[in-house]
Amino acid sequence: MTAVNEWAFIGIFLAVAWVLPAAPLLVSWIFRPRRANAIKMQTYECGVETVGDTWVQFKVQYYIYGLIFLVFDVELVLLFPWALAYNQLDFFAFGAGLLFIFLLADALVYAWRKNALEWA
Amino acid sequence: MEAVCENIFSTLAPCLTSSGWDPSLAQFVSILLGVLLITTFPLLLALLLIWAERKVAARVQDRLGPNRVGPFGLLQNIADALKLITKEDITPAGADRIVYNMAPVIAVLSVILIWAVVPFTSTNIGADLDIGVLYFVAISSIGTLAIMMAGWSSNNKYALLGSFRVVAQLVSYEVPMVLALLVPVMIAGTMSMQGLAVHQLGMWFIFTAPVSAIIFYVSNLAETGRAPFDLIEAESELVAGYNIEYSGMKFGLFMVNEFIHAFTANALFTVLFLGAWAGPFATEVPILGFVYFMVKTALLYVPSLILRATVPRVRIDQMMAFNWKFLVPVSVVNVLVIALALKIAQGLGLTPENATDFVSNIPQTIVLLIANLVVVVFALTLVRGSVRKERLMTSGKRAEPAAGDAEQKALAATVAGH
Amino acid sequence: MLEITPNTIAFLVFALLSVGGALGVVVSTNLIHGALFLIVSLFGGAGLFVLLAAPFMAAVQILVYIGAIAILIIFAVMLTRSMTSLSEIFNRQWWISAIVAVVMLGLLLVGAILPVWGPSGTNAMLPVSDAVGTTVDLGIALVDGNQFVLPFEVASLLLTAAMIGAIVIARDNE
Repeated sequence: MTAVNEWAFIGIFLAVAWVLPAAPLLVSWIFRPRRANAIKMQTYECGVETVGDTWVQFKVQYYIYGLIFLVFDVELVLLFPWALAYNQLDFFAFGAGLLFIFLLADALVYAWRKNALEWA
Repeated sequence: MEAVCENIFSTLAPCLTSSGWDPSLAQFVSILLGVLLITTFPLLLALLLIWAERKVAARVQDRLGPNRVGPFGLLQNIADALKLITKEDITPAGADRIVYNMAPVIAVLSVILIWAVVPFTSTNIGADLDIGVLYFVAISSIGTLAIMMAGWSSNNKYALLGSFRVVAQLVSYEVPMVLALLVPVMIAGTMSMQGLAVHQLGMWFIFTAPVSAIIFYVSNLAETGRAPFDLIEAESELVAGYNIEYSGMKFGLFMVNEFIHAFTANALFTVLFLGAWAGPFATEVPILGFVYFMVKTALLYVPSLILRATVPRVRIDQMMAFNWKFLVPVSVVNVLVIALALKIAQGLGLTPENATDFVSNIPQTIVLLIANLVVVVFALTLVRGSVRKERLMTSGKRAEPAAGDAEQKALAATVAGH
Repeated sequence: MLEITPNTIAFLVFALLSVGGALGVVVSTNLIHGALFLIVSLFGGAGLFVLLAAPFMAAVQILVYIGAIAILIIFAVMLTRSMTSLSEIFNRQWWISAIVAVVMLGLLLVGAILPVWGPSGTNAMLPVSDAVGTTVDLGIALVDGNQFVLPFEVASLLLTAAMIGAIVIARDNE
């Protein structure tokens, strides 16, 4: 098996796999009753009529977590080739990885100290 | 000829060609058959998983669980599926219809796609990608997206709030999970799932990297929304979470996604730390490997069911603090210490010449275990520090009578924050 | 001239996803829809990376761009107030960017069809397997003192700076 075939498998997989979850939806679309009315279609908020816009303003904390995650994500992606080749590398590579992760940990410590990791 | 026909998922082609098929057509048909097998497998499994979950939860709560439809209630889920299919579908007014309908499909798709790289036996794997580990990490992140789509398109405040919390949880716990994954990749020097499985023929990674295994297990519990981390469906706070507006089969798909995802996470743990299909005679008789694989995964899965039925849910701030202030630092230190230990082992000439031989793995394993102990000591100091801090805070509160007032204010601020 | 192989079909599909998604980003007036179209476009890009025999880049594309940046964009959109559907076009310079885009496309087309740049298009004739390295090669190159170790470390520094900057901006009330 060549690498091309492996990805051909993934490609066909991608083309076929979404049919399986979509099929029950289709079957259900054929069989289900349709007795919609305006009250039934109301947004469900524990029986209380919904007030105002759904677009409530979110706190910035979500964004900060997202950003910290993004930074870590990029770092981790760069670390994967390093980890992959690790056995073939010399001790210098450990130093390079150490410095890389150390700079990353720096950012985490900073966020911690600035209370950016607190939820509330 | 038998040798090439072994992989029922993708190398049937030579057999078909030898029986007179056009080679490229044979290739296509063999891949298609493999794809159909792998995609239906987790969906059929889901029926069994839901049954197991209900039975275990019932036993923990001193009930019987489903026992009417079929033997031991095994057919209960088929009855439930039929019911869900014939249910009226309610799309709330103001929902974004296209996104709303796509979300459950994408959620299930993101889990099924992972099974393409799971090595079932020594010869049977969908696609043995060079970047197998990264592939599944990438695919899992698509599941996060599906939840975001579901929450946003429902046009419901609870759903939006729930989905945002879940997404914050999922992305946060992805960091320690991926950091834990670096360690097996580092030891084995490969990212292919089959490569990792073969490398563990000598020594399972749970023995060489137990700390990574624990981090991976815990963060996977959070990734799949299980056990103490099931804020995904915090009924008491958010009614139901991101899928509140979904009904009928669409809701069913989200449930199926959840169950398959939990099982898939355990299957991946088996591949990465428990040697996948490794076991006596697994290389000679591939079908035995499949049995070992499923047994190992099931043995991992059942504790997570009992855990789910027994432990209370954590608060979201506790969950975030646990991740960023404990799991992430520990896993960062873990990667560094293991990297150092591997280089030391290499320098001392302890790296096994033949990774599939048990005895030649022992020296390196001892070095790595010592490294793991260092990480555990670091983790314990971290815990001690935070416990001491908490004790100081509570004693400070007791000394200050106005603390109750401040707490009330903090609560009001939290409510306003949402 | 153009053979219909599975590869070309896959290329067409992914190219269509990529360009169509990009078009959706520009055209849609709903910010969240724009973000979702961006994801479609990026997914097409990931597929193209696979066709170029760079699966690592494809994984990075999905993991970082779809898994992290798209999520971040949606979080950022939700931080704003009620901007899902913009009825008017705020950007009055759209026609300038349209002209620039068309000129760029023309230049790229010329460059792709006529071998104006590079050693007269011979690179394009190389078989894929000879032209690319593996992910292991990438790992070795990233920490090799003579190759990319400095960019590797600078990338880490840059990310740290980005995170610190964001925290400072987001929590300026303290």
